[in-house]
Amino acid sequence: MEKTLQEVENDFVEEFSMYDEWLDKYEYLIDLGKNLRPYPESGKTDDKLVRGCQSRVWLDYKVENGRIYFTADSDAIITKGIISLLISVYSGRTPGEILSDDFSFINRIGLKENLSPTRANGLVSMIATIKAVAEENS
Amino acid sequence: MNVENIRNLFPQLSEKVYGKDLVYFDNAATSLRPLTVINKWTDISSRHNANIHRAVHKTAVDATEEYESTRDAVKDFINAGSREEIVFTSGTTASVNLVAFCFGESLIEEGDEVIVSEEEHHSNIVPWQMMCQRKGAVLKVLPIDDDGCMMIGELERLCTSRTKIVAVAQISNVLGLVNPLKEIITFCHSKGVPVLVDGAQGIVHESVDVQDIDCDFYAFSGHKIYAAPGTGVLYGKKKFLEKFPPYMGGGEMIESVKFSGTTYAPVPVKFEAGTQNFAGIPTLKPALELANKFKDKELSEYVASVSEYLDYKLAGNPRIHIYGKPDANLKKIPLFSFSVEGAHHEDLALILDKMGIAVRSGQMCAEPVMDRFGVSGMLRISLAPYNTMEEAEYFIKSLDKAIGMLI
Ligand SMILES: Cc1ncc(COP(=O)(O)O)c(C=O)c1O
Repeated sequence: MEKTLQEVENDFVEEFSMYDEWLDKYEYLIDLGKNLRPYPESGKTDDKLVRGCQSRVWLDYKVENGRIYFTADSDAIITKGIISLLISVYSGRTPGEILSDDFSFINRIGLKENLSPTRANGLVSMIATIKAVAEENS
Repeated sequence: MNVENIRNLFPQLSEKVYGKDLVYFDNAATSLRPLTVINKWTDISSRHNANIHRAVHKTAVDATEEYESTRDAVKDFINAGSREEIVFTSGTTASVNLVAFCFGESLIEEGDEVIVSEEEHHSNIVPWQMMCQRKGAVLKVLPIDDDGCMMIGELERLCTSRTKIVAVAQISNVLGLVNPLKEIITFCHSKGVPVLVDGAQGIVHESVDVQDIDCDFYAFSGHKIYAAPGTGVLYGKKKFLEKFPPYMGGGEMIESVKFSGTTYAPVPVKFEAGTQNFAGIPTLKPALELANKFKDKELSEYVASVSEYLDYKLAGNPRIHIYGKPDANLKKIPLFSFSVEGAHHEDLALILDKMGIAVRSGQMCAEPVMDRFGVSGMLRISLAPYNTMEEAEYFIKSLDKAIGMLI
């Protein structure tokens, strides 16, 4: 059976809690980043850029059968890891599922406070974009 | 004087980040504060706190004396001709804005030209752009070459009869090369064009004699040379300062205020409107004193050896590209901006941060330099005399590890 959005979130929280050291958490994010599905070069346009990130982040999506499928990329790999995390949780979900989520798993992982403010802003912008897409399509 | 003695002067050097010793390699952004500076601020705030220049009571007189004696200390430090040529500001940015505004109002006509270099910090670009826009003047750019050296020869072509001022950095905060100011200024003066020098980095690493280099304006920030943040200096030749209209209007900068018309105080007070940073400015005294001590031979040789080691290690790594390569005549300060092939500057900075190392990543307020080299950003380390060889070795090891994680 397909995991619920909350179950996927809990999996990530558990995964991160296994690493004591932040360097190890970074290694994990880097791995996630490296394994992110390729994003087409043609999609790297200014209108797909997420504002508020120090590195460049592109986020695109399509809607099929009422579900939103996100694709994204960044030129920095740790940011890409974070995107990968967000996509694993929120891609393929319905707008309703996304909008009913409180996005607290980011805090439970400890991601936000462990990122530099510019990074954290980037994360906040990415989440805001995902929410906005869900709103638009609900 | 050796590095161990001076480390004790900077309390922040014993801080830990994530349980690791802090390695502070972001000195070009701002230096650490020595105890003498911290104590000066505390002393003024706890014993001599009163608004300056105004009241007759003892404390106000003491506070004013602390502030005004700093003007003499700054004058001596840069060997200005007179104390009236020293204007206190909140930093380099404020100093450049003051000149750009006042120069624009008094000496720029539509169609006139201003030259800045390609390696300038945004603080020495945007104020000029704003002024040019307001006045219908033209901003021209003195280019840098592939090694990051300013192409001084191009001045010949760029300087026309419409050129009214040239604004250049003594040392770029990205490239770290010491520009040949005297050569630039001699040339510009031969065309009758005044020169503003952005000394934000220069003041920290060079002995500055404004009369000898003969610049018309020299701007710097206190916080990069160990003094309190929010302190800055504008040196300006009297003939310009006196001709300039006031910049900000307010208290203290006036002689007499009537609704029928206001007259202004003489320079430099004309440019110091409102309550000044009277607790911060006096910290320039112990700060500049320390900067003088840092010119010690033994210490300078040590700094040079650490810098050489870093240069050798970074340049020896085939993945690393360093920006700012001095030719035989140029000096480089202990500052290295570079890219690592296959690793993003921001990722590297984040990982190094977790290893306790503070470095800078990104555009460093110099987007045109990034564009010049076709990069979205760079990684920068910038050292101060309190940084050690051990820290440099630890940095190189950590950088290798960070690169290993990313590729
Ligand atoms: C070369 C240069 N110019 C100008 C500035 C601006 O200085 P501040 O931000 O202290 O006004 C800096 C520092 O960031 C600098 O390095």
